[in-house]
Amino acid sequence: MDQLVTAIVAVVGVPAALVGYILLTERLIQVLPEKRQGRIRPWFWIAPAVLFLFVFLIYPTINTIVLSFLDAQSRNFVGLDNYVWFIQDRGTIEALRNSVLWVVFMTAGVVGLGLLIAILVDRVRYEPIAKSVIFVPLAISFVAAGIIWQFMYQYQDPSRPQTGTLNALIGLVGLGPTRFTQEEPLNNFALIFIGIWMWTGFAMVILSAGLKGISTELLEAARVDGANEWQVFRGIILPLLMPTIFVVGTTIVITALKSFDIVFTVTNGNFGTDVIAREMWQQMFTPPGNFGRASAVAIVLLLAIIPFMAVNVKRFREQEAIR
Amino acid sequence: MTVVTKPLESAGPNVAARKQGRGLSRIFLHVIVIGLMILWVVPTLGLFVNSFRPASDVSRSGWWEGLVPPWEFTLDNYSRVIAANNLGDAFINSLFITIPSTVIPVMVAAFAAYAFAWMNFPFKNAIFVGIVGLLVIPLQSTLIPVLRLLAGWGIAGEFLAVWLAHTGYGLPFAVYLLRNYMGGLPREVFESASIDGASPTTAFFRLALPMSVPVLASLAIFQFLFVWNDLLVSLIYIGPTNPDNLPMTVRVASLVSSLGGETHFLTAAAFLTMILPLVVFIALQRYFVRGITGGAVKG
Amino acid sequence: MRQRKQLWRQVAVLLGATMLVVAACTGGGATDTTEKEVTVVGSWGGSEQESFLAMVKPWEERTGNTVKYTGSRGLGAYLTTAVASGTLPDLAGLPGPGEMAQFARGGSLKPLDDVLDLETYKADTVPALVELGTVDGKISGVFIKSSVKGFIWYNTANYSGEAPATFDELAAMDPEPADALWCVTLESGADSGWPGTDWIEDFVIRQSGPEVYDAWVAGTTKWTDPAIKQAFEAFGDVLENSFGGPAYINSTNFGGGGNELFTDPPGCLFHHQASFMTDFFKEQGGASEGDYDFFVMPEINSEFSGALTGGGDLFGLFSDKAAAKDLLKYMVTAEAQQIWADRGGFVSANTKVTTYPNPVEQKSADAIKEASVFRFDGGDLMPATMKAAFFTAMVEFAENQGELDSILANLDEVQATAYEAAP
Repeated sequence: MDQLVTAIVAVVGVPAALVGYILLTERLIQVLPEKRQGRIRPWFWIAPAVLFLFVFLIYPTINTIVLSFLDAQSRNFVGLDNYVWFIQDRGTIEALRNSVLWVVFMTAGVVGLGLLIAILVDRVRYEPIAKSVIFVPLAISFVAAGIIWQFMYQYQDPSRPQTGTLNALIGLVGLGPTRFTQEEPLNNFALIFIGIWMWTGFAMVILSAGLKGISTELLEAARVDGANEWQVFRGIILPLLMPTIFVVGTTIVITALKSFDIVFTVTNGNFGTDVIAREMWQQMFTPPGNFGRASAVAIVLLLAIIPFMAVNVKRFREQEAIR
Repeated sequence: MTVVTKPLESAGPNVAARKQGRGLSRIFLHVIVIGLMILWVVPTLGLFVNSFRPASDVSRSGWWEGLVPPWEFTLDNYSRVIAANNLGDAFINSLFITIPSTVIPVMVAAFAAYAFAWMNFPFKNAIFVGIVGLLVIPLQSTLIPVLRLLAGWGIAGEFLAVWLAHTGYGLPFAVYLLRNYMGGLPREVFESASIDGASPTTAFFRLALPMSVPVLASLAIFQFLFVWNDLLVSLIYIGPTNPDNLPMTVRVASLVSSLGGETHFLTAAAFLTMILPLVVFIALQRYFVRGITGGAVKG
Repeated sequence: MRQRKQLWRQVAVLLGATMLVVAACTGGGATDTTEKEVTVVGSWGGSEQESFLAMVKPWEERTGNTVKYTGSRGLGAYLTTAVASGTLPDLAGLPGPGEMAQFARGGSLKPLDDVLDLETYKADTVPALVELGTVDGKISGVFIKSSVKGFIWYNTANYSGEAPATFDELAAMDPEPADALWCVTLESGADSGWPGTDWIEDFVIRQSGPEVYDAWVAGTTKWTDPAIKQAFEAFGDVLENSFGGPAYINSTNFGGGGNELFTDPPGCLFHHQASFMTDFFKEQGGASEGDYDFFVMPEINSEFSGALTGGGDLFGLFSDKAAAKDLLKYMVTAEAQQIWADRGGFVSANTKVTTYPNPVEQKSADAIKEASVFRFDGGDLMPATMKAAFFTAMVEFAENQGELDSILANLDEVQATAYEAAP
């Protein structure tokens, strides 16, 4: 019975309440003089989002900022000590370098491949199958992805048959087995490739949705005018898709910065593969837990995306200016 | 001679014709697409084959050797996972957690995105960028303060707690994606609606939402997936007080022994937990077709 | 008029929906943990989880209470969050003695002196384990499950089974018919390196005795001390005589560490690992019961003969609920422990548990009882940051033994601060 009530609430009640909220506030707004309606309305529309964000992200972030100036057990004020530790520690600098690798290569790989696939599958008849195949890694849990790549990268002694897919493959052409997750700098790229494999489907879906929104008449008109496919891509598709590419790019940059699960499960940061998000996890959850340092790392992550956000502001201003 | 080919090329300018075209570049196209498909499917295929093999075979020979006769396929891994404690209940829990945790953020984000895209108010861009910037907050750093709050409200352990939490965590991306898409809808549509006397609310429900169906569908899929595959949020916010409400991910993870043994069951579990998200994706694919927006999007 | 009607309809919808939400919350609230339910979080999964549930079943039937168990391997992260936010399960497994002390001193972990039947508990339990569960004179944790480290496993088809008298004798043995004398494998995901730490601990206690061992674990003996360096060097010799070399050692999961015992021809003759390894022999090595046996790692310095190291799963109480206390009291009894022992894969800390389903577990249990000196796994006793550095050091050492001096110096550096931060 309890479950039935929950089910009804989940499927019917919640959407009804949300739609009801907008309709009801609209009624309330319409009581006001017309001039003030436009000024009041937007606040009602963003209020639910802002409320949720405040509770679940903004308040914890303020908390994190405060903690980053306190000691491990959050008892005493230590000034900038945790930040000083961050820039002086050998381990965090290596982690920072690797995080930059993640941001550069994962973003390039995911956006590049996602775009390529979105455009190419648009031209084949087995598009739904192709897209489903690329999408599958997204549907796989992190635990399973860890096992999948263990089967891919596994290393066995050269005197034994290789059980890892890649080592068996390179064995076919006479190369000896390689420790993909342990040999530097190869291992960082092996890990980043897992990230690319998992997230390309994400970029593909969004970019493909954007692509489908581009007017067919526009493309055909260009083709009639004699433009070849490359010219159509450069001249029409790319500029029109740019805002979407931007959104996907920004999201992947942030995902790469935050990436932690892959490194944590495959190498735990050993063999020179540490990244800053794993460093944060380690500081926070290695008992007794250094909440000061962990918070400082989180704040560094936050600061790292400011340049990307600035570019975003610029872009949205442009979008509003031209439409 | 060369004069003839040009009109021929532009004679069939429609999607169907392009999808059926011939020639060297077509072969090239298929090679790339199919090549990428193989690259993407092989890792999962390895897992799939191994999920039907006994554990001792898996640790001693590659998955491809399982494809060579004599076959020793077994359903043991699957039957073990299905027989695991309360997996059916956990599946229902996963649904209870995932559906509202998808619906709420998508709707809340749609309201906010519409306001950011088509209404004017002070500090609009600053607030918007602030919201997107929240994407970078690592989930782990919110766990302790949020759990304290939820416990204070007396809802730690309830589905409601994770619905709210997942909504909060999912909103930055949802608002970002939707605002970008809605911002690209043509101004004329909204202007003419306004002239016809439609309120912004009507314009939202009658125009903005229907025109944004493809992006709403993709957003719904991603949010569904993130929540469906989430382990940490449920474990922390539900775990200690009410294990009866825990989702499949937590149950599946506890198939592994404390020392990391018995992982072979995870191969089977991975496929069982994947079925629903894939069905959702395939079902929503029909919203990803051309023309649903009437060619509405421009830069 | 029509507009008005619409407004009322919308208000009704909104109110109805709100009521549903409220109903859901209160409806859900009814499932809140009552006095008759005990929530338990532990690291046991799979067959361990089933055995645990079987163990508590008679208690549930007798008292009418229910046990709500959640298994999670990320126990450290889980408890750190739970303790920091004050939302705790009634009973929980503890990641190790260090965390137990931290939680006990912080006040979230309840002392058990009034909960347990103290006399029986002390009389029945291996004394070293009772002591390990004690913080500031009060019992704060109990060992539900234990394991013995430092077993030398072999394939009964390749070795006759007589235990060499000393480790030197063992080390000098001819690996025939195997390729190498030892198999060492260190990969273990986030905990990579730990099987190496067991080796070092077994060397330290056999070479230099329990006093040096305790001082080293407590952080008062440096890593660069000759006694510790000597242990690393001895392990270095083992690595030299191991199957596969550094690449194999560092990239093979510890669970597959015994696989080479059972290949044909065998890769190695011996494998050093704890009592729980039998599950992996069966699961990954394709071995079945009777294919393998063990002897306890022989002595090095006769002065310290009979020394043994081991580990175990600690459990603690986080609530004042009567049912939770009663459950914990029941869990340490021989009656309860025997249930798990009968199901296999289990060595009890309770000496009154006397029958085991197979000779290997029987021998393991006897080994704990007979040990003249029993010490807990040193790495698990160290502060978490020290332990993590110890794990990583083993991976680095196996990769390049030539780096020993800088590895030990680095461990000293960690040691200098790790013990300050610990409570």
